[in-house]
Amino acid sequence: MTRSPIFIGYYTMVRKDFIRIMRIWSQTLLPPIVTTALYFAIFGTFIGSQVRAVNGLSYISFIVPGIVMMSVITSAYMNTVSTFYFAKWQRTIDEQLVSPMPMWTIIAGFVTGGVMRGLLVGVLVVITSLFFTHLVLFNIAVVISAAVLTTLLFSFAGLVNGIFAKSFDAISIVPTFVLTPLTYLGGVFYSVNQLPPFFRTLSLANPILYMVNAFRYGFLGVTDVSVAVCFAVMGGLTVLFFLLTLFLFIRGAGLKK
Amino acid sequence: MASAPLALKIEGLKKVYDTGTEALKGVSLTIPQGEFFGFLGPNGAGKTSLISIVSGLATKTAGTVEINGLSMDSYPDKVKSFIGLVPQEFNFNIFEKVEDIVVDQAGYYGIPREEARKRAEKVLVQLGLWEKRADKAMDLSGGMKRRLLIARALVHEPKILLLDEPTAGVDVELRRGMWDFLREINAAGTTIVLTTHYLEEVEILCRTVAIMNKGEIIAEGGVKELISKLNYVTLLLDTTEPLIQAKIVLLRGLNIKKIDDTTLELTLKPGETVNDALRTISGTGIQIANIRNSGSRLEEVFVNLIKKDS
Repeated sequence: MTRSPIFIGYYTMVRKDFIRIMRIWSQTLLPPIVTTALYFAIFGTFIGSQVRAVNGLSYISFIVPGIVMMSVITSAYMNTVSTFYFAKWQRTIDEQLVSPMPMWTIIAGFVTGGVMRGLLVGVLVVITSLFFTHLVLFNIAVVISAAVLTTLLFSFAGLVNGIFAKSFDAISIVPTFVLTPLTYLGGVFYSVNQLPPFFRTLSLANPILYMVNAFRYGFLGVTDVSVAVCFAVMGGLTVLFFLLTLFLFIRGAGLKK
Repeated sequence: MASAPLALKIEGLKKVYDTGTEALKGVSLTIPQGEFFGFLGPNGAGKTSLISIVSGLATKTAGTVEINGLSMDSYPDKVKSFIGLVPQEFNFNIFEKVEDIVVDQAGYYGIPREEARKRAEKVLVQLGLWEKRADKAMDLSGGMKRRLLIARALVHEPKILLLDEPTAGVDVELRRGMWDFLREINAAGTTIVLTTHYLEEVEILCRTVAIMNKGEIIAEGGVKELISKLNYVTLLLDTTEPLIQAKIVLLRGLNIKKIDDTTLELTLKPGETVNDALRTISGTGIQIANIRNSGSRLEEVFVNLIKKDS
């Protein structure tokens, strides 16, 4: 079977990134496992044993999906922002820009790298959580689609950050000052239903809340917001960021002189 | 029978950067297929801007570019498959292995991995890098990195090879080796477009040349044709013995000046011959041991044109 030249170009990018992720596993895969193991141990086991049940679940069971999602988001985002910015900084991005690969294929290559790393980390963190708690799987289709949509969205977002970044500092600003606070406030460690009305309403403006809740629903069958709304928000934002990335690539923003 | 399309056709190409710098001011030129074409110009002349636009690394402000008869605006992806680019700077991942860099580049051009490996072997052997295939790019010498850029640009067998100062910082021996290689691939049918600071390089390699200054082409044509426009020739004459002022005075009829104790610089205008000048010099008793060209003749054309343009 003859594969299309576009697919070969895409496969070359994905293969290269997969090899890179596996080669430097101590930087790409190990840190989230260590961090989440600490979360599970401290918040789940040590402190969690003192906390009363949330939505009828033990505290550690309640926080596992959120913590997994937190790692998935950070890994997907960091993969695209760092690989893209590094390619831009070293000008290795020119290898793809001079080639006949259409822009959408180049975007797909970078984004698939982010999705791959996000999902790999997700699986590893879920496995890590099994050392601390018994995990049930309420709806596997919801778990998979929420994870894929979230990694897609944050891979696109990382690419947008990489396009505008002009220094290595700029690629850590968004994860530190935007992503981390939004994740912590996105219902990872608590149910937004426990918040006063004002803060509950405010939380609904946080897109990460919908991802955490969709994921939690997939695992535990409980959610603070409607699953349909969660998927609508994730899908809508993914399409929006895809279009934004495509627009920026076609214009050559941050890529072409 | 329809004639073959031009390798490169540029019309009214303009480039204004966000900073307001006008790098190209409406450049037009045509390059036939199989040509060995040179771009000459001082720093900031617009050579790299032009190469970057043609290779898809920069956007144009106005104008049209056609490659092999296809418009870059209408067929951007197809047009890119015709081009191989050797950039000025090393832009490969220095942590990757030499062979992987070339094979992956072939992949971006849609060449299946098995075929890409064969092609990579071919170009790496041609450029003397096969023994280094398993080394990381960071471990190569400067000259080898340059050759790696060429290997990477050739792996998809482009019809047009754009070289942006490919021999900058390369030692003489390696430079000459690269010249031989470029001549070979040009003879095999690849159109070559070269920008360089080395005028000798253009004089030796290129059949046609465009001289650029301040975003415009100020002269264009065959290299020999341009040199023939030069209305004087400058030669350096090495004498067997130190020069005596009394003898130099006898050379008043010639356009000659003393450079050092044993060197004279002789300038010949149209109609004057080397034979006549040497007869006059011999008549004074000065013995000439050696005659040298004062430098690249194209260099003189270049310097004159740039001076005039300024």
